[in-house]
Amino acid sequence: MKQAHAYTLYRPKWYRKRVSTWWWAQQWRSFKFILRELSSIAVGYVGAMLLWMIWSLIQGPESYANFLAWLKSPLIIVMSLIAFGFVLYHSITWFNLAPKAMPVRVGGKRLPEWMVAAPNYVAWIVVSAVVIWFVIGGK
Amino acid sequence: MAKRSNEPFLWSLFSSGGMIAALMFPILLFLFGLAFPLGWLEAPGYGSLLALVRHPLTRLVLFGLCSLPLFHGAHRFRFTLYDGLQIKHLNELIAVFCYGSAIAGTILAAYLLWIIP
Repeated sequence: MKQAHAYTLYRPKWYRKRVSTWWWAQQWRSFKFILRELSSIAVGYVGAMLLWMIWSLIQGPESYANFLAWLKSPLIIVMSLIAFGFVLYHSITWFNLAPKAMPVRVGGKRLPEWMVAAPNYVAWIVVSAVVIWFVIGGK
Repeated sequence: MAKRSNEPFLWSLFSSGGMIAALMFPILLFLFGLAFPLGWLEAPGYGSLLALVRHPLTRLVLFGLCSLPLFHGAHRFRFTLYDGLQIKHLNELIAVFCYGSAIAGTILAAYLLWIIP
């Protein structure tokens, strides 16, 4: 029996026009796409920050104080500010993606996109309020 | 038989992680990265934050926060390198590095949340 060919991503023999490494910088659309993709670094940054917070809580009060002091260093504040811009961008693009990923039809008519995206924003506000309540309100 | 792809599985991790990150990361980064260090709000004390983190439900939420978004980020970052820089010949190495970091973070999160006193 003939073995099925393994699918490979790289076929050097095919003729392909060389695309510049900077293809995404030539159009605003593709630049926004790359900005959105780069939000993954900010997501990793927040994940690492949370892990460090849990770690410092396990270590004891001094370690937690060090964690808070570390957050105050100017470099970290600048990085957090940039990362905050990126995670906001991720949230907005993510919420606006929902109506495109799953169009909702009511009575054969497609609901306007904002009506599908709106519940995401409501959930965002509610979740944010709950987080603030638990983190600050638990004194 | 054609080799089964693990793409759908990775995709489900990607999308649930993306949702969690979209809902919760901005507020968490705002609080811990800006509001507390800049003194806009008072940071929670050690005792109260530990009490919060210690609760089984919070542990579960934190595990979700420290695992799924990592897979989301890894998946996205992998394709940023793949499409953006077109380094397709390093595809496997990049995949191992990206998902490997996410797996390492997940294991670390599980371990830390398990040993909280």
